[in-house]
Amino acid sequence: MSDEIVGEKASPTSGMPEPEKTKAPEDRGERALREIVSGDIGVSVLAFVLALLIGGLLIAFTNPDVTAAAHYFFAKPMDTITAAWNAVWDAYAAMFRGAVYNGQADTFQKAIRPLTETMTVATPLIIAALGVAVGFRAGLFNIGAQGQIILGATVGGYIGFTYSLPAGVHLLLALLGGVLGGAIWAGIAGVLKARTGAHEVIVTIMLNYVALYLLAYLLTTDKFTRAGSNQPTSPGVKETAQLPLLLGDWSRLHAGFIVAILASIFVWWLMTRSVLGFRFRAVGSNPHASRTAGIGIPTTIVLVMLVSGALAGLAGGVHILGTEHQLTGGIAGSLGFDAITVALLGRSRPLGIFFAGLLYGGLNVGGRVMEAATGTPIDIVLVIQALVVLFIAAPPLVRAIFRLPTPRTAVAKGAAA
Amino acid sequence: MTALDTQAPAATPERTEPLTRRSWKAPIAFGVLGLAALVLFGFLGKSGEDTTFVISTDNDWVQIGPVAVPSKATAILLGVLMLLLAAYAAWRAWDRKPLGRWVGAVFGVLWVLSFLCWAVAGKSMSLVGLLQGSLILAVPLAFGAMGGLLNERAGVVNIAIEGQLLTGAFGAAVVASVTHSVYAGLIAAPVAGLVIGSLLALFTVKYKVNQIIVGVVLNVFAVGLTSFLFSSVLKPNAATLNSPPRMPVIDIPVLSGIPIIGPVLFRQTLLVYLLYVAVVVITIALFRTRWGLRVRAVGEHPLAADTVGIDVQATRWRNVLLGSMVAGLGGAFFTIGSVGAFSQEMTAGKGYIALAAMILGRWTPVGALAAALLFGFSDKLQQVLGVLQTPVPNQFMLMLPYLVTIVAVAGLVGRVRGPAAAGEPYVKE
Repeated sequence: MSDEIVGEKASPTSGMPEPEKTKAPEDRGERALREIVSGDIGVSVLAFVLALLIGGLLIAFTNPDVTAAAHYFFAKPMDTITAAWNAVWDAYAAMFRGAVYNGQADTFQKAIRPLTETMTVATPLIIAALGVAVGFRAGLFNIGAQGQIILGATVGGYIGFTYSLPAGVHLLLALLGGVLGGAIWAGIAGVLKARTGAHEVIVTIMLNYVALYLLAYLLTTDKFTRAGSNQPTSPGVKETAQLPLLLGDWSRLHAGFIVAILASIFVWWLMTRSVLGFRFRAVGSNPHASRTAGIGIPTTIVLVMLVSGALAGLAGGVHILGTEHQLTGGIAGSLGFDAITVALLGRSRPLGIFFAGLLYGGLNVGGRVMEAATGTPIDIVLVIQALVVLFIAAPPLVRAIFRLPTPRTAVAKGAAA
Repeated sequence: MTALDTQAPAATPERTEPLTRRSWKAPIAFGVLGLAALVLFGFLGKSGEDTTFVISTDNDWVQIGPVAVPSKATAILLGVLMLLLAAYAAWRAWDRKPLGRWVGAVFGVLWVLSFLCWAVAGKSMSLVGLLQGSLILAVPLAFGAMGGLLNERAGVVNIAIEGQLLTGAFGAAVVASVTHSVYAGLIAAPVAGLVIGSLLALFTVKYKVNQIIVGVVLNVFAVGLTSFLFSSVLKPNAATLNSPPRMPVIDIPVLSGIPIIGPVLFRQTLLVYLLYVAVVVITIALFRTRWGLRVRAVGEHPLAADTVGIDVQATRWRNVLLGSMVAGLGGAFFTIGSVGAFSQEMTAGKGYIALAAMILGRWTPVGALAAALLFGFSDKLQQVLGVLQTPVPNQFMLMLPYLVTIVAVAGLVGRVRGPAAAGEPYVKE
């Protein structure tokens, strides 16, 4: 089933003939219903529900009220159950309030502000995940989005806070710098893979850490620190290089979100409508056939990594020019690793990634509010995110848990995977 | 993860030609590095200063006083020696003879010594402390790398070493705190690693999800789970749940008195001694027993293994679980093996360095240990030099293991090739 989640990743056995379909033909309505419940979307929704359930169990078990009530569980079992229900409900309600719509706010702006915050946080996630997805669909595991984001933010930020240029030009140049930074960083892995066969997973993981320490070093130099300060923090990005706010001062939502939408459309066009994208996908689904058909594998590998890294670098640039406005050692947070899970959750498709990115952004933003309101640590969000991806990657497991029938397409795919 | 290496265009031309090509990689690398050391550390070093190495501790049989050498002259001498080695390597290459491994090792030692002469000029440094610390820092890397290779030898890529170390550290801290016994903690660590291991096996072996994806996601899961439990349970109850005892240093009688070697190898905690045992046991088990042969067969060619009656899936399950226990045990180092209390994300990428050590050690326990020692050394050296205020930015020292790994997988120091079937789920036909 692995092939399903990373798009058209090559599989050594994918060339073998599909086994004969043994099930009797169904009528159309029955099949449609079956596909909705047990097909891709159904599994995605159920996976999310399942992850929320397990997260809820963790919240309930670690809640002090619940543990207090559990001491007299056999005398009053309902107390424990009520306490558990309250703990989980409060946490998830706070998360929703923090991520989507705050019903307790007095003005509409304040009520809708969480949603704009979710969109802001989702912006770099979506762009970086698009980059990861381009790699996945060409059969390359770019685990190095983290390093590429760091490089993108470093170069983009450096141009942003060092040079003085006219408004539009400065911003474009800084974004371009971010794109280049990410592309070069991923390009190293691409060239090494194409020329020596060094596996991109290892090289990109190692480059993540090299980038981290490189940034840490740069932040100790004069060019990257504020004058007269020992703090490892860069000067602020100049206003000419900042991405403009979209909704005014009350929200952090900036034009980067439009960049994310454009990037999604670009990747859709690239992968489904352009010759280059066709080459990428051909190499991803069958490198041997592609070589026979005259596609240069090494060149394609380098190009895939360049595009993938360029998008991750753009994410880094957008993050610093739109949201952060200054370079710090932890500028990338866990963006690069989140991007991988977002790409997986979105099944490497632009539209899927767009919504998966919003979902992740919402979980992160809502998690902060949840932590502040109910004391439930935000780390539960990581658990939920990881579980969603695991469940989505293994549809048979989800079907087994919910006792769903196996769709006929999945039988064929499962056997071929 | 090396499954794709075999598809790389780098077909080996050596096999087709009757006469092997002369390989100039080693002499050129030695020459450049040696020359750089000679110039940077020798000629450009500060003259008139001494570098002092302390090489003995109070409990040794024989007391050797600190050795002070003139920094510049020694560095120049070492540089010349390195260039001689490079010349020797060139001569061997001209004769198309293979270069013994000792040349690289000796060259490395000389290079590090000349670097130390330069960096510690005018100051004093304890060599024993440096080596002792290196071994200690290598412990989680070596355990992690061995956990990884037990997986990969059976054909399952283990990116989740980081997660296994983290849960191991967590489990060891909590159980040791509750029971007030480090030994209970030592038993809990592999069991905690097993949590991640069983998920890895379930998803990769049973459900055949892509192994790299599962590994990456399980690392996120481990960070999330341990951080969540840390904040919600351990922090409010730190006194009872997160204040474990630390492992005592055990002196091995007689052996620990040997100068230099004694304090480095035999004045350590139980975890280090367990590491010695693990390296020997896993080496013998993998390469000298029927079990090991079967495991390697499953990792190299599962179809062939299946044909002769080896249960591929069961072998993989067993090895993934075993590997996660070994890695989990290594996780105990972070809590009861060193600082005591657990803290969030305390493994800080060590699992990925362990992965690198496994590759650099070419999927063998002894090699993994050697690579782990190398990385441990660079880590310790960075700490020591940081304290001594030397001219090298410590960020570059921290980068070193990762750069070395990139160079290694890029084939610049000989081809690195792992088990052929690693990364591919096996589907019985």
